[in-house]
Amino acid sequence: MSDYAVLGKRLPRVDGPVKAAGSARFTDDLSLPGMLHGKILRSPHPHARILRIDTTRAEQLPGVRAVIVGEDFGDYRYGLRADTRDEYPLARGKVRYLGEEVAAVAAVDEDTALEALELIRVDYEVLPAVTDPEEALLEGAPQLHDDKPGNISVHMKTGFGDVDEAFRQADYVREDRFYSQSVLHGFLEPNAALAHWEAPNRITIWASKQSPYFLYRNLSNCFNVPLSNVRLIQPYIGGGFGGKNGGYPVDFCAVMLSKKSGRPVKIVLTMEEVLSSHRRRHPMIVRLKTGVRKDGTILAHDCRIIADGGAGTGVGPSTIANAFYFLNLPYVVPNVRYEAFRAYTNRPISVAQRGNGIQQIRYAADVQLEMIAHDLGLDPVRIRQKNAVYTGYRTASGMNIHSCGLQETITGAVRAAEWDTHYRPWREKENEPLGRIATGVGIACNSFQSGARLTGHNCCTAVIKVHEDGTASLLTGSTDSGQGSETVLAMIVAEVLGIRLEDVFVPQTDSTVTPVDPGSFGSRVSSTAGNAVLIAARDARQQLLPVAAELLKAAPEAIEFRDCKVFVRGAPDKALRFRDLTRQTVAWGSGTSIIGQGSWGQTVPPMNFETGEGDASGAYSFGTQAAWVEVDTRTGRVTVPRMVVAHDLGFALNPLAVEGQHEGSIAGGVGHTIYEHCVEENGQNLTPNLTAYGLPTVYDLPREMVSLSIETIDPVGAFGAKESGEGTQVSTIPAIVNAIHNAIGVWITDLPVTPEKVLKALRDKKAQAKATAEGQS
Amino acid sequence: MAMQQMQLKVNGTLHTVMEQPHRTLLEVLREELGFTGTKRACRVGDCGACTVIIDGKAVLSCLTLAVEVQGREIITIEALGDGDRPDPLQRSFVDCGAVQCGFCTPGMVMSAKALLDENPHPDPDEVRRAIAGNLCRCTGYAKIVEAIEDAATRLA
Ligand code: FES
Ligand code: FES
Repeated sequence: MSDYAVLGKRLPRVDGPVKAAGSARFTDDLSLPGMLHGKILRSPHPHARILRIDTTRAEQLPGVRAVIVGEDFGDYRYGLRADTRDEYPLARGKVRYLGEEVAAVAAVDEDTALEALELIRVDYEVLPAVTDPEEALLEGAPQLHDDKPGNISVHMKTGFGDVDEAFRQADYVREDRFYSQSVLHGFLEPNAALAHWEAPNRITIWASKQSPYFLYRNLSNCFNVPLSNVRLIQPYIGGGFGGKNGGYPVDFCAVMLSKKSGRPVKIVLTMEEVLSSHRRRHPMIVRLKTGVRKDGTILAHDCRIIADGGAGTGVGPSTIANAFYFLNLPYVVPNVRYEAFRAYTNRPISVAQRGNGIQQIRYAADVQLEMIAHDLGLDPVRIRQKNAVYTGYRTASGMNIHSCGLQETITGAVRAAEWDTHYRPWREKENEPLGRIATGVGIACNSFQSGARLTGHNCCTAVIKVHEDGTASLLTGSTDSGQGSETVLAMIVAEVLGIRLEDVFVPQTDSTVTPVDPGSFGSRVSSTAGNAVLIAARDARQQLLPVAAELLKAAPEAIEFRDCKVFVRGAPDKALRFRDLTRQTVAWGSGTSIIGQGSWGQTVPPMNFETGEGDASGAYSFGTQAAWVEVDTRTGRVTVPRMVVAHDLGFALNPLAVEGQHEGSIAGGVGHTIYEHCVEENGQNLTPNLTAYGLPTVYDLPREMVSLSIETIDPVGAFGAKESGEGTQVSTIPAIVNAIHNAIGVWITDLPVTPEKVLKALRDKKAQAKATAEGQS
Repeated sequence: MAMQQMQLKVNGTLHTVMEQPHRTLLEVLREELGFTGTKRACRVGDCGACTVIIDGKAVLSCLTLAVEVQGREIITIEALGDGDRPDPLQRSFVDCGAVQCGFCTPGMVMSAKALLDENPHPDPDEVRRAIAGNLCRCTGYAKIVEAIEDAATRLA
């Protein structure tokens, strides 16, 4: 066991007290003198040409200070890469989804702003719309973007090994189609921005952003101001999960309204706006063909995906690439072929959501593996053990595994789930009558990246100021949207300097002060920013060492920092208090400042979006989940009373935070599997509230959640840590779907698992059994 | 709409405000009186983030008109704990890891407080019922239930 003073301990999060006290300020809690309230006018059509916008009456309404339309932003478009910039702050020429932003108003209060929206007249020429991604790719489908023929937003085609030969060699091949629905991020804090434009060209904005430096660059480009004049201050964030990464219309509009009105402007979306028109997870159709030997060894995957991208590209290329990467993990797949189309449709834009493309593919692959095990009469645990990757493995596509505890997670999950007691193969049960409540257990494995490797700026930087009283401030551009990274980074500072967690203060991101950072996505903060913080803390310690050596009359190498003391190793009485050392160092000679700095980038070259060759990250986590389900065979209702997560996270920097991530992942995964669903009609969300959408309540989630951390001490991540908050949501879906099969003998290949689908599947199965029996008689 | 004078007793202090009668308690608390600890999330009664206590009962302030609760005893999250000494519920939420992004937290704490004030020894089912109207996307609720049980023990 490691001998850390702070790391590895179950420490409560540093921002807990202010959040529990209600004094933590989120964007909507802020106001400025003279502040106006902004509202956005949205398109009532999924697809239409904008013929004319008349804002005259809105402008004349008393209390209205500014009205803006698409033309105010000139030709500015934004997006992840130069070739994918297809989003506008406000629609230009056309609207491409119902709810797209068309105009915005700033007024003295929200009621006046809302009234003004009703006075804006927009003449549309309604165009035929396409809301189904398969239809969007057909000849003759309505086209969304003139420069993207065929509605193809992203196309990726690649392969490694000899798939055709592998299928010829295979003893068994099966092909299935899976569908994963539209899932919303579900954060409770709606998107919000408070902007203040100061003439001639200075922007200050408080916005709810998990990755604030995207918006910082967006605003500089959009408003043509130098980056030094874009001050983005990050208040507390009420959850992100991928839905608060980039710049969105709410941000651009707040700034433009402020520029036009000369007053600060705040826009807070309503939940209805968020749910019906903000970003969401990619719905995906996955067609997967897999060949195995009769002992269950996987020989090849051939996978075709159609993803519903909605009306813009967003981070879509990374989603499509991720799905390919994690077709190759966590099982050994020697031959692989992949083709994916991300289609434009007249729906809100699909982006990353906790797992970014990986849930969808692993749902398909792990359920299909279970189908294969069932077909061949193989044990579900054994087939996973047999195919599990291992340390030193290199995927066919060239991803390198430097640490892997997958086998241990399987063993751990099986033990914690009391698998041997509860598991009976469906084959043994299938002739028994189904009771009112049928129970089953299921298992599935996952892998995930620890810090997605993208192109462009990918490095995290930390600056640590050590104050003369022995406390420290950590400046980082990595945000904490609730996952607890601020606490974990502060723990690293405390560990290296030998001080207490409460001695470290982490001010929130402020783009004029904190170092530029890629953002909190792709599970990068603990591992990547963690390494930057580690280097910075060592740098600060290094600056204290000469004075410590002098005062203690010892060699610098012999000096240790711990328990707020600095002492000579082996001679603990030769010691001084940390704060005496800092005071003396600051005053040494004519005085100095102790400022440690560290940067840590990626250890692997950037991903190739075209071929998918190479590493998706410098480190990969692995995990196994086991679900216990109860199916009410009369109502079709599925519940998950118990769920186990066993995760190889390298090293648990803070086990309390880790458990929270595991439990939150289960919550998101159970929601995706069973409850969450947008009912839509011609591009309109008919379920634009949290209840109808099905965000899980306390009654919907497992009463018992078991979290196991498997520590493999990764060579790349900070202190050996890997991610532990996204991969954990990847295998929740297949574990539950597999458990449902184990309970009632039906495969659900179309999410979510609604009661209607369960009942229909049971009816179909009965009819089929009857037909077979009649055929035999 | 015409303004109307209202008297609201919040956290033991009487406040006089001029408001339009259609304004919700949530809006008045946050915008006029500065009690921003009460969160504005769905605004339509789905999520519980805006929960306050009125005459001992947990109430959704987004569904309550300010004008209706004049003369009643309104308690917000700001009344809990005092300076360095948090309320046992707040302390348990932090120590048990029941806080992540924290946006649901004030509402959760207020629902829990209404429960414990009325029933100091709730069983797990009663705890779950008390927060059934409070949504949380981050925690999966397990640690929230644990925190409320922990606070009940601390208070005992
Ligand atoms: S804001 Fe009141 S219930 Fe959601
Ligand atoms: S802690 Fe984020 S919603 Fe509950």
